[in-house]
Amino acid sequence: MLKKTKTATPKAPKTKKPVVNPAPKPETKLEELQATRERRTVIMQGNEAVAYGALDAGVDFFAGYPITPSTEIAEILAAELPKRGGVFVQMEDEIASICAITGASLAGAKSLTATSGPGFSLMQEGIGFAKITETPCVVVNVQRLGPSTGMPTSPAQGDIMQARWGSHGDAPAIVLYPASVKESYELTIRAINLAEKYRTCVILLLDEVLGHMRESVRLPDMANVRIINRIKPTVPPHWYKHYDENQKYLSPLASYGEGYRFHVTGLTHDAHGFPTNKSNEAAEMMDRLRRKIKYNIRDLVQIESHEMEGAKIAIFTAGITARAAKAAIAMARYEGIPVGLLRPLTIWPFPDDAVRKMLRDVDYVIVPELNQGQMLNEIQRLTKDKSDGNILPIQRVNGQLITPNDILRKIKEVS
Amino acid sequence: MANIPQRIIHEYLRHDKKFPHVWCSGCSNGIVLGAIIRAIASMNLDRDDIVMVSGIGCSSRMPVYVDFNTLHTLHGRSIAYATGVKLHKPHLKVIVVTGDGDCTAIGGNHLIHAARRNIDLKVILINNNIYGMTGGQCSPTTPHDAIATTAPYGNIEPDFNICNLAMGAGASFVARTTAFHVQEMQNYVKDAMEHPGFSLIEVISACPVIYGRLNKKGGAPQMMKEFRDNSIPLTAVDKLPPEKVEGKIIRGILRKEIRPEFCAAYASLVQRVQASGGEQ
Repeated sequence: MLKKTKTATPKAPKTKKPVVNPAPKPETKLEELQATRERRTVIMQGNEAVAYGALDAGVDFFAGYPITPSTEIAEILAAELPKRGGVFVQMEDEIASICAITGASLAGAKSLTATSGPGFSLMQEGIGFAKITETPCVVVNVQRLGPSTGMPTSPAQGDIMQARWGSHGDAPAIVLYPASVKESYELTIRAINLAEKYRTCVILLLDEVLGHMRESVRLPDMANVRIINRIKPTVPPHWYKHYDENQKYLSPLASYGEGYRFHVTGLTHDAHGFPTNKSNEAAEMMDRLRRKIKYNIRDLVQIESHEMEGAKIAIFTAGITARAAKAAIAMARYEGIPVGLLRPLTIWPFPDDAVRKMLRDVDYVIVPELNQGQMLNEIQRLTKDKSDGNILPIQRVNGQLITPNDILRKIKEVS
Repeated sequence: MANIPQRIIHEYLRHDKKFPHVWCSGCSNGIVLGAIIRAIASMNLDRDDIVMVSGIGCSSRMPVYVDFNTLHTLHGRSIAYATGVKLHKPHLKVIVVTGDGDCTAIGGNHLIHAARRNIDLKVILINNNIYGMTGGQCSPTTPHDAIATTAPYGNIEPDFNICNLAMGAGASFVARTTAFHVQEMQNYVKDAMEHPGFSLIEVISACPVIYGRLNKKGGAPQMMKEFRDNSIPLTAVDKLPPEKVEGKIIRGILRKEIRPEFCAAYASLVQRVQASGGEQ
């Protein structure tokens, strides 16, 4: 669990896009474009990486609304999707955007939208609908600072809890959090893959600085990109259950227009998708949503362990703050202080086991984050003694980043 | 049960455990459902190619009963979901069943923008002048001075003219009828299904149990009689003096024009972009 792992899951998906062989014969416009893309080292923004990740993962439907700092994603897809025969549509607001991508997904599309805090707030009801109806889709949230309009072009990590609990009612969440431009590309593909595999709305949280920062990056060849497509039903329509619990909680998904004529509702529903008020069926549906995430936590959780061997101080943080932490670790290690970094790439479901192990192994945990203590609460939840002064927060919500020196100072306080 | 004659509508309903339906006795929603089904049956459309989308409200419970591809969504958002379905699979016939509150209050933004885009959705708006499912609150089409549970002293707000709103926003097919004029409704649904573009049919309908009771309209038969006596066809409007038209429900196809349809426009954009290799 403590290793950053890109390995596949124990249960491979039934349907898999054919891997591009050395001499591929492109069948579709999309494959042709992907095969001919030049894979040289380029300077790229995080937002660009998200857009190209989406294209490489096979996204063929984007509905969105302009909002800083995520707009580049929409702009690139507006130019690129028509070339591939996909749909780009600018909707009237973010609510319509999440609804349109959910509708398109039910019609068989791989769909994605991108937004920032205010739009993410508007989307919450639609995200809940995608979760309860188990419809694959991806929402990219390039975070800005503060509630309401806040600071549109300044970084913050304030949506960590909203990404988990934003929609009303209990609903489990899969939320990924990259820390570099290359990782933005990789985790966008992973987000789309997980959405297709687990039939849910997956959220990708990006830091504003990561969205706009340009880094040198070489995107992988398509042969090295693993794509997961949703499992299609193989049964005749009258046997089809829209929510089939017999498939290890990952059930086949038909699309509109394929003869299955299923019903989808945001009401609590039975296995066929029809509304129900029976408490046993409602409990079964709610538990199914929970089990789907809970029982597959080993597949979902990704975590990077950096310099953790023999560390007495651990830094636990995600996204852009983790990069400052790495610089601080290099400086501290130079001075002989044993300090390491644990960085979740999947922040929800929370990597409880890895954090528990970290808490056992080290004396102090420093939790730097660009909010008023969201990940900190999760760490404290896993500490037996909450009054323990060994969990040290560094919090900043003024539009500025936490610097390596800020973290180094905190390291020196306890070393 | 074996004696029940098999009518057209039985072919199109989901039989297993979807009935009894949720609607009150005297409700017009069943009449509208029947008209939609008969219109579709008369056109010999493949059921697999029809998607019925709805939001929240009494009318929006319709999709669960019909044997099409069905989608029961969030309050007000049915048109936005339908836009996604239609854009990804333009060959599907997408019908949106919605109510006055669902479509013009919480969903007003989606209505006007779908009309502006002229995307090929068939919106059947059942206007009962009230929020029925939540127990009789004031809606944007509750008439001035009418009583609702949230307007106990009479509604002080003016009401929406939904057809004018849709036409102003650019809808290319707009019609109005009432639940009494069943054959007319069926014809309009058929016309809308054949029309290439955003189509809206407003069906003035009776909610005797809530709206009728609050406003002392009598039962469902009295409300139906009122629709009959208090409505005039569009063709008669010019022949009548203005005082006889005042306050009446005007029935008819208010607009039918051919305008570029959004899915077709997008398809030609894709063709153009692919032919030019992405030159802007």
